[in-house]
Amino acid sequence: MKKHPVSLTVNTDTYDLLIEPRKTLLATLRDTIGLTGTKEGCSTGDCGACTVIVDGKAVTSCMMLGVSANGKEITTIEGLASRDQLHPIQQAFMDKGGYQCGFCTPGFIVASKAFLDENPNATEAEIRYALGNNICRCTGYTKIIEAVMSAAEVMRNS
Amino acid sequence: MRNFEFFEPETIEEASDLLTKYNGTAELLAGGTDLIIEMKARTATPEHVISLEKVPGLTGIDYDEESGLRIGALTKMRRLENDPIIRERYTALAEGAGEVGGVQIRNLATIGGNISHGSPAADTAAPLLALSAQVKIAGADGERTVPIETFFVGPGQTVLKTGEIVTAFECPARSANQGSQYIKQKIREVMDLAFVGVASSATTDNGAVSNVKIGLSAVAPTPLRATDAEAIVNGNSLTTELLQQAAAAASAQSSPISDLRCSAEHRREMVGVLTRRTLQAAVDRAQG
Ligand SMILES: Cc1cc2nc3c(=O)[nH]c(=O)nc-3n(C[C@H](O)[C@H](O)[C@H](O)COP(=O)(O)OP(=O)(O)OC[C@H]3O[C@@H](n4cnc5c(N)ncnc54)[C@H](O)[C@@H]3O)c2cc1C
Ligand code: FES
Ligand code: FES
Repeated sequence: MKKHPVSLTVNTDTYDLLIEPRKTLLATLRDTIGLTGTKEGCSTGDCGACTVIVDGKAVTSCMMLGVSANGKEITTIEGLASRDQLHPIQQAFMDKGGYQCGFCTPGFIVASKAFLDENPNATEAEIRYALGNNICRCTGYTKIIEAVMSAAEVMRNS
Repeated sequence: MRNFEFFEPETIEEASDLLTKYNGTAELLAGGTDLIIEMKARTATPEHVISLEKVPGLTGIDYDEESGLRIGALTKMRRLENDPIIRERYTALAEGAGEVGGVQIRNLATIGGNISHGSPAADTAAPLLALSAQVKIAGADGERTVPIETFFVGPGQTVLKTGEIVTAFECPARSANQGSQYIKQKIREVMDLAFVGVASSATTDNGAVSNVKIGLSAVAPTPLRATDAEAIVNGNSLTTELLQQAAAAASAQSSPISDLRCSAEHRREMVGVLTRRTLQAAVDRAQG
């Protein structure tokens, strides 16, 4: 089947790829580009482990084709930290114990980033609602919500 | 997922021509949240996938006090849910769009995909029925418009013919004395399909209620209007008794099935309850 030329920006790097149309954006990021921070959980849009930000909006990358990402700007978990400093949300997940096995963590952090960028003053209820597309099998969510609330405060004050 | 040939037409004619040319082996791609699931499960195995993303004019929300509301078929649920005009004047639709999946799904899912997929449980179907939507369709023979009531034919089936594409939804202009509400009955707070969905819309004028429309989803082979209940309420003022009659009429007009989400009996009961609640809320909002 004909491969398609796709040019996309991931974090700060631009990639010119030739990909099969059936490759999801998730598979493109993980297998073709080699950025494995974004996780595959359910593969059906339900768990949020594969969340990335496309042109400012959080989406489940297992539900999007790589060819549909042509010309778009993508932020993955790898793009959040600066050289020697974690993003405040990453730091808060560490400080508050917002993860156990860590498999859901990139998805939660990226979804939280997109949401807090648009809603810096979000309430706890709004944060819980916004993270409804993300599933965690370990933590029971309390520590995750605490981490996001605390990160929101740090981000507001900086 | 099986492999397929990918097209990104830049005009609606080109998209329609491709659909016709590959009739039977082609699928349109909007947000992909229904199609990609089906392709992964191989319940859909298109050899040709035609993305609508590059076709201009299919995205966006326009409102005019004269001509009313126009929503492009490719408009995302997340945008509908947050749009000030939709929230204020077409509240049931903002509520329906806000019920689809979670935020990440709503940033992909389009209203055109939700309706064209033809699911009886589609969360924007009952609101569009209550809000008198017309579906704009483009095809090889030009454009046609069908009322949303006649768009659905059966589970997963619509009136769309070979080569036809939904381009937009249009609703009449609404004023401050009109209100609407959608309630989705589900088990989880988010990320769950409706086992019953009801939307009501009403106009109030000195206590009398008119223009009543009630849309039901997930309780029949297609989304449908509870026309008997509408007729009971139209022209009257809303009393407890009238609400009960309307609720019973809506229940009677539904034909739900039992499945693992819910029994038919409970669904039918809930149609009545939600008809009562959404009608009352629509009238309260129209007066508020
Ligand atoms: C995790 C998850 C949760 C979900 N939760 C809900 C929910 O709570 N409520 C709900 O209603 N739905 C839900 N859905 C289903 C889905 O998200 C919606 O139906 C969505 O609106 C489909 O739109 P789309 O743009 O993604 O459609 P696509 O998948 O792109 O298309 C769906 C179908 O419609 C056709 N099509 C698309 N656009 C057009 C057009 N303009 N003209 C003609 N045909 C067209 C396509 O060919 C395809 O067959 C969920 C899906 C997932 C993955
Ligand atoms: S892997 Fe994409 S939502 Fe679960
Ligand atoms: S930390 Fe294990 S799934 Fe969330």
